[in-house]
Amino acid sequence: MSAALHSNQGRPHPDTWIKVLPEGLYVEPGGFYIDPVRPVARAVVTHGHSDHARPGNRTVLATSGTLAIMRQRMGEGVGGSLQALDYGETLRIGDVTVRMVPAGHVLGSAQVVMEHAGSRVVVSGDYKRRLDRTCAPFEPVPCDVFVTEATFGLPVFRHPPDLGEVQKLLHSMALFPERSHVVGVYALGKCQRLITLLRAAGYDRPIWLHGALEPLCRLYSSLGVELGELRPATVAAKEELKGALVLAPPAAVADRWARRLADPVVAVASGWMRVRQRARQRGVELPLVISDHADWDELCQTLEDVGAPEVWVTHGREEALVHYATGRGIRARALALIGFEDEDSEGMPEKAGEGEAS
Amino acid sequence: MNRFAALIDALVFMPSRNGKIRLLVEHFATAPDPERGWALAALTGALSFREAKPAAIRELAATRVDPDLLALSYDYVGDLAETVALIWPERPERSNSLPPSLDEVVEALRAAKRGQVIGLVEGWLDTLDSSGRFALLKLITGALRIGVSARLAKTALAEWGKAARPEVSVDDVEEVWHGLTAPYVELFAWLEGRAERPATGAGAGFRPMMLSHPLEEEDRAALDPAAYAAEWKWDGIRVQMVARGGERRLYSRTGDDVSGAFPDIVDHMSFDAVLDGELLVARDGVVAPFNDLQQRLNRKTVTAQMLRDGPAWVRLYDILFDGDEDLRGLSFVERRARLERWYEAVRPRRMDLSPLVPFDRWDELVALREGARENGIEGLMLKRRDSAYLAGRPKGPWFKWKRGALTLDTVMMYAQRGHGKRSSYYSDYTFGVWRGEELVPVGKAYSGFTDAELVELDRWVRNHTTRRYGPVREVEAGLVLEVAFDSVHPSNRHKSGLAMRFPRVHRIRWDKPAHEADRLETLAAMVAG
Repeated sequence: MSAALHSNQGRPHPDTWIKVLPEGLYVEPGGFYIDPVRPVARAVVTHGHSDHARPGNRTVLATSGTLAIMRQRMGEGVGGSLQALDYGETLRIGDVTVRMVPAGHVLGSAQVVMEHAGSRVVVSGDYKRRLDRTCAPFEPVPCDVFVTEATFGLPVFRHPPDLGEVQKLLHSMALFPERSHVVGVYALGKCQRLITLLRAAGYDRPIWLHGALEPLCRLYSSLGVELGELRPATVAAKEELKGALVLAPPAAVADRWARRLADPVVAVASGWMRVRQRARQRGVELPLVISDHADWDELCQTLEDVGAPEVWVTHGREEALVHYATGRGIRARALALIGFEDEDSEGMPEKAGEGEAS
Repeated sequence: MNRFAALIDALVFMPSRNGKIRLLVEHFATAPDPERGWALAALTGALSFREAKPAAIRELAATRVDPDLLALSYDYVGDLAETVALIWPERPERSNSLPPSLDEVVEALRAAKRGQVIGLVEGWLDTLDSSGRFALLKLITGALRIGVSARLAKTALAEWGKAARPEVSVDDVEEVWHGLTAPYVELFAWLEGRAERPATGAGAGFRPMMLSHPLEEEDRAALDPAAYAAEWKWDGIRVQMVARGGERRLYSRTGDDVSGAFPDIVDHMSFDAVLDGELLVARDGVVAPFNDLQQRLNRKTVTAQMLRDGPAWVRLYDILFDGDEDLRGLSFVERRARLERWYEAVRPRRMDLSPLVPFDRWDELVALREGARENGIEGLMLKRRDSAYLAGRPKGPWFKWKRGALTLDTVMMYAQRGHGKRSSYYSDYTFGVWRGEELVPVGKAYSGFTDAELVELDRWVRNHTTRRYGPVREVEAGLVLEVAFDSVHPSNRHKSGLAMRFPRVHRIRWDKPAHEADRLETLAAMVAG
């Protein structure tokens, strides 16, 4: 990265043109919000999870993958006009040049790269660094300010290799062949990613789906993600589901819906499953540490990779990452955005309604 | 260590007893000697070596991790072993050194001198993955707490042994168990059909206890009073005292060795016999409420203050061995005579005989039982005069006839989901009674209702939820649960200042308005002693 990019000489600091307003993160010279929590005139959306993509904005700019997901989930309410900006394309909005770069979180997920008045700011949205066959991999972009998520911003969160977690599931299925295995997964992203992981591990039997997971699996398939044979679990007979693998939203796995299953082994695929006590409190018998968010090491690695002299930390455990970054000589602060929820409060078995923000 | 770690992980999350047995059976079948034996010893609390203190583990972690990040993480996770297991930085060169086997870990720890343990632990943490680190840290801080009792592990052993030894029961395993030491190579060889049953001989092992059935009214009508002896059922915990060949052990009903917590009994076991009795707290021969005994249970060691405040006592019921002589085949009447003779001759301190209760007709006992509200009596035991001392719970020779339960009309306040098969049902209820205009919680119950009633209770909870706190729902003060319980004691752990013993749902009073439920004063008046 050039020295000029780091020098502040004569350039307005990004905190003079990016502001935290009640509606969300506002980019003043472009007149748009990133992932607004309330309807606004111009929204730029990083990805399709419901705490980032909300209905009712007058105009929406997002990757075509994200727009397809929003249309699927929101139907008519998706917003006024939708405009696609795909990876690598740039667009001038007001005084800001905007570019979308893969974030590796879910299909269509993007970092928003903005240039204005000689500074470059990257808003990461949610991201991860490991292989995901359902989406393009994260690309680090050197910048002056990096706005990072910190869902798993504590060093206890280290996601083990995905393959090992999938093998844990397959081993349990071999050990309890007469029981159903029901895995709680978020409808968008985690569901399809787990399916591709299972297929890559050689599991080729049909996978049964809760009704809430079907539409997005169909969408992913139509966008070219191979998922193998999927069947609806909601209409299946109990007998058929013996020994079967069933995917359902986290809220359903330990609730009334799951009573249709044959003595189910309750699993949940989530980064939170790393902490045993928490998994156990939720009645999870088989925790699978599979996450679509960066773990602690990936967060730290990413700060290194983007080389930004300043980092703003959003939704998650900001304190630890701010402490870490400060210790590395990076100016860091917590950016208090409202409206972002993590898996912790959303979608776990206790929460009614469908879990999301994986 | 990896296999042991995987077992620990699986057991931590397994909600059902049968599932745990299944996991243990798989482990015994796949792990080699002596590893499986060390695992068994770890699970049954039979491993002893120099332990590491949690503070030392924390200090060790702080040498590798930023102390602020460690503190933030510990706040979040809440368990030190787990925090350190998760946060321990993995070194890239880890792949070059193999993680230690459980055998190596156990052997090194047994040989370690004071001051060497932390160094060993540090080296191992560097080669293990997070599950391995968790298992190691749980092992060396001496507290697995993963919901596997010694009895469950032995049940799994018997289950696994069925393949080669179909005749073996858990009581057989129990019987040989205490003559053996970790890693139990001869036990596994026997259960695999490769060797003879290990000798039990003179060891200070646990002998499976004889247990009773509750007496149903219908049963009693059919029983001949002349065929039974009666004695008080004391309100403590059943124990077996074994003093053989210079060794002394105190075992709980399930064969857990509780000697360490009761030196005040073990010190006085200077005899050669195996006895069955009730462990109590008694001051000058007067039995204290169960609550006092509770303070001394589930501890590995005991302080001088606890010994002073809650002196232990054993009230003797039966004699199984007198010296080498096995008395278990004798009738109850004969054993009782031997017990009395033995007691006269030995006069052990801190022990006395549980008296027989003479009676001719059932109605005499009915009256005695109803009147038995003083401390320490839970009801009556009926024992067939001609019955031998048999392992397990044979139906017919022994009955327990508990005094009538106390009951109270309470109001459901909170409901929590159950585990395993009940995980989709709100099946654990916190209930309260009125203090002035407010409800105060007085207990928690999760049994006493039928499956059909559970479905109705679950529906009621879902339809009357006012707030949610994680897995707990607060409900409207609208459902009266008539709760039965054995006794009630003062408690400083509960807001109401009272705690019930064995509360269970007696009846669901769909008909009764909540404001007509009982008041705290009513419960306070029922306090024992």
